[in-house]
Amino acid sequence: MSTKITTQAPPAIDVARAWQALSEVLDPEVPVLSVLELGIVRGVTVDAGAVQVTVTPTYCACPATEAIQDSIRAALLAAGASSVSVDLQYAPAWTTDWIAPAAAAKLRVYGIAPPHCVASSDEPDPTTRPLRFHPQRLHCPRCSSTDTEQLSGFGSTACKALYRCLACREPFEYFKPI
Amino acid sequence: MTQRSPPTAAVQYLLRIADSSLIHGQRLSQWCGHAPVLEEDIALTNIALDHIGQARALLTLAGQIEGAGRDEDALAFLRSEREYFNLTMLELPNADFARTMLRGFLWSELLGALWPGLGASSNSQLAAIAAKCAKETRYHQRHCADWVRRLGDGTQESHRRIGTALAELWPYTAEWFEDDVVDAQACAAGLGPAWSTLEAGWLKSVTPVLADARLTPPPGSAFRSSGKFGRHSEHMGFLLAEMQAVPREFPGAVW
Repeated sequence: MSTKITTQAPPAIDVARAWQALSEVLDPEVPVLSVLELGIVRGVTVDAGAVQVTVTPTYCACPATEAIQDSIRAALLAAGASSVSVDLQYAPAWTTDWIAPAAAAKLRVYGIAPPHCVASSDEPDPTTRPLRFHPQRLHCPRCSSTDTEQLSGFGSTACKALYRCLACREPFEYFKPI
Repeated sequence: MTQRSPPTAAVQYLLRIADSSLIHGQRLSQWCGHAPVLEEDIALTNIALDHIGQARALLTLAGQIEGAGRDEDALAFLRSEREYFNLTMLELPNADFARTMLRGFLWSELLGALWPGLGASSNSQLAAIAAKCAKETRYHQRHCADWVRRLGDGTQESHRRIGTALAELWPYTAEWFEDDVVDAQACAAGLGPAWSTLEAGWLKSVTPVLADARLTPPPGSAFRSSGKFGRHSEHMGFLLAEMQAVPREFPGAVW
């Protein structure tokens, strides 16, 4: 973590500046997405320089949760906050549907197939709704072929599954809908 | 050492779930580097991690309700054997891959039946944790059920192995659905459902998968395990010795 040395105090932080600072905090495990694009920042308040941020974890055991909280703290202090508190909120539970639409393209370029939408299932009750575990036409993020298959329902991080493309023969990861 | 009084019913109700997740996560993590194929190694350790994460959230809540200043680490690593309330089945050794997958299947189907009930808990924190965990559990349910079908309806050897696992593990499920005062008080307080009410839903999801796998559960027996009352099998002490070694050797150590 680097600290910028400045000769003058930064201007007083307001809510807009706080959001701006957060838009530059990246997810350490998918470093093309900011915490805002990931949809885990649930609220920001500023009271006379003291910033309070509410975040929700992606998975209960996501090992990046603490690192993300530290990055948020550092970014806001660098943006002029006098103090920062980061609170963890479980409800409503995070869903991949909160990932910003524009982030899907970034994920693809990074080599990760973006998640299918969870909420579009017919089942009205989200607790019994079947996930679309096996999307029939998952596009390879490299060559866009739909001739792909799942290698494992679990991957290098909690949020991803492992696939391979049968056309270009490259393995790729799929951001699991949850 | 001071003698700690037994936990209240509410705390014990939470610890039964939290400890079961913790111990299951510990057993699954022992597969790291040993699974039959790399993809499965990654899957088992991912599922282990999910369970440890769920246990962390539940242990933290249990510590808050207890109000004795114990955090998730104190509860996870600094209790003695009789103070853990996990289901006995989950502390049994992994044995082979078939038994590991069958156990994961039976347990994740129980969680699948439990989370919706906890989602309606009078404790809003518990309800929030349950709603979140339910989403993760669905991936475990699917993965384990897939393997139970593949092994049961696979080769002669895989069928024999998972059949043996079912005969060995099934008697340990009887413990799950027999209520006691902890269930009664948790149910009365609106904390969560009595576990006896989960049996029908659990059987409904377990039975068709076993049928696909050409497996039949053994008939009921008089055997009763008692892990949820704090009385454990001979395997628990060894598991705890390994799990607690570092926190006890280096109190308060951080990465």
